Amino acid sequence: MIYYLCFVLFLIGLYGVTCKKNVVKIILGLWIMEYSVNLFLILLGYRKNGIAPILKKGDDIVEFAQKAVDPLPQAMVLTSIVIGLGVLALMVTVAIRLYQRYGTFDITEMKKLKG
Amino acid sequence: MIEIIIGILLTFMIIGSIICLETKDLLSAIIAIVPVGYFSGIIFLLLGAPDIAITQMVVEVLSLIILIRATIRRDLTTIEEERDFFGLITTFAFIFVFFIFAMEALRYLPPFGSPAFTLNQNAPSNRYLLNGLKETGAANIVNSVILDYRGYDTLGEATILFTSILGALAILRVYARKRKKNE
Amino acid sequence: MNNEEKGMSLIVKTVTRWLKGFIFLFGAYIVVFGHLSPGGGFPGGVVFAATFILITLAFGREYALKKIGKILASELDSLGALLFLIIATLGIYFTGIFFSNFIEKFHPTGNFKLFSSGTIPLCNISIGIKVGASLFMIFIILSIVRVVFEDGKGKLITTEKKREK
Repeated sequence: MIYYLCFVLFLIGLYGVTCKKNVVKIILGLWIMEYSVNLFLILLGYRKNGIAPILKKGDDIVEFAQKAVDPLPQAMVLTSIVIGLGVLALMVTVAIRLYQRYGTFDITEMKKLKG
Repeated sequence: MIEIIIGILLTFMIIGSIICLETKDLLSAIIAIVPVGYFSGIIFLLLGAPDIAITQMVVEVLSLIILIRATIRRDLTTIEEERDFFGLITTFAFIFVFFIFAMEALRYLPPFGSPAFTLNQNAPSNRYLLNGLKETGAANIVNSVILDYRGYDTLGEATILFTSILGALAILRVYARKRKKNE
Repeated sequence: MNNEEKGMSLIVKTVTRWLKGFIFLFGAYIVVFGHLSPGGGFPGGVVFAATFILITLAFGREYALKKIGKILASELDSLGALLFLIIATLGIYFTGIFFSNFIEKFHPTGNFKLFSSGTIPLCNISIGIKVGASLFMIFIILSIVRVVFEDGKGKLITTEKKREK
């Protein structure tokens, strides 16, 4: 059930990317898609009544390994969030350059393809 | 119980993203995306991932600042667009087909609450959890995975961040670098 | 944003003057204790960048660029990536495996202590420097460039002075 809601969030981002005509809205649609993908990966690794994968002093390791959630998708998502910020900055610079050349954010008015 | 809470938070995220995409004012759209990110941070905290919750909360602030730089002091802050009716119908049909396929695919995933690494004793996650403290000495297993077991991923991440900054610097350069000519 | 040289109002400046040290300290804590508690190089680096961005927004661009300029940020960015690569390559020299944890574990102290986990704190510090410097550099790049229109033609201008050589 939760997986479906997460996928609906992804589809809303896809709608924003394909239907919207404003460059900023397209960037926001991509950003929403990234939220949903990160959330989906974390949801896949959750264990019922799980605890965070961080040991405390005096924990029994075997018992800890039977209760903790999956650390592998967490590590991957941690890098992916920071990469997303760098990519967002790159997209914003491209949008500013497009605005400088055409004077608008509307992609239907950018008809001159020559440099 | 936790499924219901996460479902409610995800519903709020969906409402927020629809508002963000459909509002006319660009500044309101950017501000409307910030609660979506904060709700996802709360969900990360509920799912037992405090590292990612901290990162998400801090990144959210920076992304707001970067996105506001893109729109502030521009002439057009509101948008009026007429809809292309045929294109809209095509997009919704495509999204519907995509949703049907996804429903078929999501049925074969392990159910929420029993992830795949618990079914297989030889999964790498089990090894990380059991031997992580002994082999790397780090009590935070996530940190031992990103910096010791899977350091190549982090190296690739550093490269991507470096390249994206280089690209942004090259795109927004004002003065071209002139070659020194012979006098 | 008409008088950018002067920054924001007095209240914002005073609160920033008090809080900037504590925010930076929090980032350093997250980075250094990343292997024992939630945190690590990535969130700590973003907190570093947020501190400098707060100073830039509160005191104006010139004040912040006097403290840490574009060149210094670029150098720190490269330094962090290079440190990470050097630590990874030293693994080949000591044990023959790329990215191996060559420092002896639990060496000076026991479990759950600051220096208990070999190269992981050093990697955390280098990643923190790299992420913080590069994110601050993105903000500098975006803030010094303006778009103006002169008789129908767009033009990028910068408020930074051209380097004289």
